[in-house]
Amino acid sequence: MHLPLLWIIPALPLAAVLMNLLIGDRLGKRGTTVLACGSVIAAFAFALRAVLHLAALPEAERHVEEFCWTWMRVGDFSADVSFLLDPLSAVMVLIVTGVGSLIHVYATGYMSHDPSFRRFFLYLNLFMFAMLTLVLADNYLLLFVGWEGVGLCSYLLIGFWYERPSAAEAGKKAFIVNRIGDFGFMLGAFMLIGYTGSLKFDLVFAAAPHAFTGAAITLATLLMFLGATGKSAQIPLFTWLPDAMEGPTPVSALIHAATMVTAGVYMLARSHILFELAPVSMEVVAVIGAATALMAATIGLAQNDIKRVLAYSTVSQLGYMFMACGVGAFGAGIFHVMTHAFFKALLFLGAGSVIHALSDEQDMRRMGGLAPKLPWTHATMAVATLAIAGVPFFSGFFSKDEILSSAWASGHYGIWAVGILGAALTAFYMTRLYVLTFRGSSRLSHEAEHHLHESPPSMIAPLVVLAVLSFAGGYVGMPFQEGGHAFERWLRPVMEAGDVVPVHHELSRGAEWALILVSVLVAFIGIGGAFQAYLASPGIATSLRERFSGLYRVLDHKYWVDEVYDRLVVQPFMAVSVWLWRVWDSLVIDGLVNGVGYTLELGSGMLKLAQTGFVGTYALWIALGVIALFLHFMR
Amino acid sequence: MVAALFFGFAALLVVTSLMVVLHKNPVTSALFLVLAFCSLAGIYLMLRAEFLGMVQIVVYAGAIMVLFLFVIMYLNLQHDVETGLQIAVRRGLGWFVGALLLLAGGALLKRGWALGPANDELPGAEQGNVASVGRVLYSRYLFPFEITSILLLVAMVGVIVIARGRTRHTAREGGAA
Amino acid sequence: MIPLSWLIALSAVVFVIGVVGVLVRRNALVIFMSIELMLNAANLAFVAFASHMKSLDGQVFVFFVMTVAAAEVAIGLAIIVHLFRLRETVFVDEIHLLKG
Repeated sequence: MHLPLLWIIPALPLAAVLMNLLIGDRLGKRGTTVLACGSVIAAFAFALRAVLHLAALPEAERHVEEFCWTWMRVGDFSADVSFLLDPLSAVMVLIVTGVGSLIHVYATGYMSHDPSFRRFFLYLNLFMFAMLTLVLADNYLLLFVGWEGVGLCSYLLIGFWYERPSAAEAGKKAFIVNRIGDFGFMLGAFMLIGYTGSLKFDLVFAAAPHAFTGAAITLATLLMFLGATGKSAQIPLFTWLPDAMEGPTPVSALIHAATMVTAGVYMLARSHILFELAPVSMEVVAVIGAATALMAATIGLAQNDIKRVLAYSTVSQLGYMFMACGVGAFGAGIFHVMTHAFFKALLFLGAGSVIHALSDEQDMRRMGGLAPKLPWTHATMAVATLAIAGVPFFSGFFSKDEILSSAWASGHYGIWAVGILGAALTAFYMTRLYVLTFRGSSRLSHEAEHHLHESPPSMIAPLVVLAVLSFAGGYVGMPFQEGGHAFERWLRPVMEAGDVVPVHHELSRGAEWALILVSVLVAFIGIGGAFQAYLASPGIATSLRERFSGLYRVLDHKYWVDEVYDRLVVQPFMAVSVWLWRVWDSLVIDGLVNGVGYTLELGSGMLKLAQTGFVGTYALWIALGVIALFLHFMR
Repeated sequence: MVAALFFGFAALLVVTSLMVVLHKNPVTSALFLVLAFCSLAGIYLMLRAEFLGMVQIVVYAGAIMVLFLFVIMYLNLQHDVETGLQIAVRRGLGWFVGALLLLAGGALLKRGWALGPANDELPGAEQGNVASVGRVLYSRYLFPFEITSILLLVAMVGVIVIARGRTRHTAREGGAA
Repeated sequence: MIPLSWLIALSAVVFVIGVVGVLVRRNALVIFMSIELMLNAANLAFVAFASHMKSLDGQVFVFFVMTVAAAEVAIGLAIIVHLFRLRETVFVDEIHLLKG
């Protein structure tokens, strides 16, 4: 039987959405579980099949297109619904469906007591559909459909518990900030159409080296990068992601750690040919990535809500991915996307498990000593913390190291330094989270202590799988093997397409070992420091906080970014809106419309006077008409 | 001689028409109208339209005006009262428009008329006007003639229906008319 | 013998008198009589032209005009009688229900 290859992957979650809409209320919790998880797991199976099919092809032919139907044809421009599978989208589709399946399974346990169980999975499946459309699209327009779709679903899911005003506000904030980025994306896409006449990846990338002037390609790529900053929460559009923690924890894991936020990095990697033609844009990307990585890491130091720490950690790690793209190591960026998906999803799900166990407690100051009580959660979270901190042989070590050595090799020493500093901070605050939550003495409240229980198997199993991946997932990118850097080689057909050949910076063996040593050292300093400050001598933290109280206040208030935005952007906007309402809408438009009515009334009132009701008047008018005709004919 | 006769009849016509329009009593107006018709008949005779002249007296003066007088007497109308500013304004406007019309007509008449004063015999003079008119009427204008008879039938029916009044209706159908 | 222009002038004068009567008088019956005057003025014009063009068609037409005038008078008077029964008046400026 000849099964379809690509379109079925996004179609399966979409079918689940439709069935949920139509008959979902008759399925019950069990039926919804089967439908929702089943569709995503089936999508993963099909994705695996498609990737195996791709891998069986010779390296130069790993480019499978599947055309579904023509969407629009206007003059010379056409955009179709068609899908593309090449090594890059293969990695992405496996991450999305694989991690997505695990999170779906987890969510059936986490949300089992929620009355809106069915609605949750409706949105979650819709998100999967949009995300899969995004990664499998073969043109920017279809990608944008998925892009917008995930934005919508993120709004729906962040504001899932919409009766809570903070959740509703957070959903709105996410959507609106994203929209600003989308505007940039659209302008960039328009420029692409203008200069190359198409939005199809193959056509745009083939035409790009000749079609663009220097300034134009820089502008176009910067605009598209603006879209990426919105979706992937970089400076200046990152403010929505910490607030997005209002949503249920599986949502944070799926959307804000593993899949949606990585859409920006994917888009950049896909468009690497365009960026390689605009060195200025690349520098901008690298600088912003580095700045965001450092800034978010510093804010994460001072947070007390476990999910907030993870949120800022996500923003910071995304900064690393953009740093990689900015210095030309797009493959390394995607590698980090993969490893980050594993350990960040694990961290969020583990945090969810902790919150679930403590009856919805999220403040780390009221946790502690949970290690013996929650053995599975503790073990898996520990693995994830080691991975993100960059401890050797865990996946995060390989990907982060890849990024840092690329930065050094391409001569971006400043970027490398910021990256190293960020790595130290990352190790520190993640260990802090681990220690405050699982080690030390218990600071739990009495009811939390009373209800403490390990999570059900539906939640533990995905944690274990992700823990294994967080450990082993990095080996695909390990250097120094026989035919090392396997991951890079897999992506090579994509990364080296087109006339623009990325520059390979070769490092000497010695330099490479030195760099690795430095990053490992830094990681252990961070871990050790945190253990010291929060376990061995707890007083250090408090005394440091008092000594540097001003600095602490800045971090605690997140550099007052939200307040600044509010003053500079939101308030003027509201003022303009109110003015538009009062003046243009009420006075001008209503005035015009009412004025038309009034004028008509006036006119008819005047015309009405001709109907006197007297026959004599009418006879008079007839006589006058006759005279007029007379005079006319006499001329 | 002919001119004098013509002027006489013409003067009579104009004067009596004016009296029709100006007099307050409707009965007097009707009687003046009869006189106007008679003078018009005289002019017809002068123009060798003998049949028409007779028909004018018989039909117009004899039948139509009698009908008018019947109705005036039936309605028992008194003198017209013509006071009040509005009425005076309308009267003034009416006379003004009439004057305009007269001037316009006069301007029209200033143009040259091609046909001269020739006034010879009309065709078919040896048989007499009635016969020749009849001949034309029944040959060339047969269709309009027949239609006119239907018209008169329609008029008769219409008059009966309209003038029948409501009293009988209401008596039969008990109220709704 | 009688110049055409004299006849037409006479017809015009009588016609205008009829128009004035329609515009000036209030009594419906007198207005109706003025309409009859106008019709007769038209008849005069027809006969004048018939005489001067030596054709009997004009006279035949006058015949038809008279027939129609008779029918019209009958119906018009029926209407006036009916109106008088409803409104108790024959003065046209007291009948203005269709005022806009």
